[in-house]
Amino acid sequence: MVPLSHYLILGAVIFAIGVLGVLIRRNLIVLLMSIELMLNGVNLTFIAFSRFLGSTDGQVMVFFVMAVAAAEAVIGLAIIISVYRHRQTLDPQELQLLKW
Amino acid sequence: MTGAEILFFILAGLLVFSALMVVLQRDVVYCAMALVAALFLIAILFITLNAPMVGVLQVLVYAGAIMVLFLFVIMFLNPRVSEARPGRWWSLVVAMVLLLGGALAALTTNGDPPADPVATTELFGSPENLAQSLFSDFVLPFEIASVLLLVAMVGAVVLAKRER
Repeated sequence: MVPLSHYLILGAVIFAIGVLGVLIRRNLIVLLMSIELMLNGVNLTFIAFSRFLGSTDGQVMVFFVMAVAAAEAVIGLAIIISVYRHRQTLDPQELQLLKW
Repeated sequence: MTGAEILFFILAGLLVFSALMVVLQRDVVYCAMALVAALFLIAILFITLNAPMVGVLQVLVYAGAIMVLFLFVIMFLNPRVSEARPGRWWSLVVAMVLLLGGALAALTTNGDPPADPVATTELFGSPENLAQSLFSDFVLPFEIASVLLLVAMVGAVVLAKRER
């Protein structure tokens, strides 16, 4: 059996790759995709702990994470569509109306 | 090395590769496809961890519904303009290395994680088992999640509607 630490390290690596995407990309859609990647790294950690501690609470928590992720993706994409309609750009660097 | 370990390392390698593709690929559609691959691989990892129900939901909800939504928005906006060169690459790479190092250090110093899984019954991770937990201990969060989804639905319609 694969030890728990392998799964935890894999989850941390996926989360870190998601953070990297949020930091270096200049496209709002890819930013949202990177956030989904981070959520999945966390989900992997939840499922691994649920298996190794013999409790289904972690799996139930993943359901809620999925529900929140779905809501977040829907609202985020609606905001992106609304922003694109006003500004014709997906580059977060261009959206600096509030910058003083 | 046992069969389970070989399977894990193959899945982990493919998962990290496709996650990097999501982040580093130029074309948004390729990013989305790489994300679908990553979500499928995570679903397989869930199934190897005795969570078949969550794995199936991962494919249905994430790789199905959410990714179709992403692809629909990509098609709708058609962002053909190529992305400007990425900003200060190297400082961010250094930040990432620090973050990863911090995560690994926390993992290695914070006591011994359980090496062997607890013995579980046949039913572990099955729909019956999960539903029992969901509708007894977690019934309030469940209802709140349903309200959250309703609010998200209404909010998305209001935000994306064309003003007149």
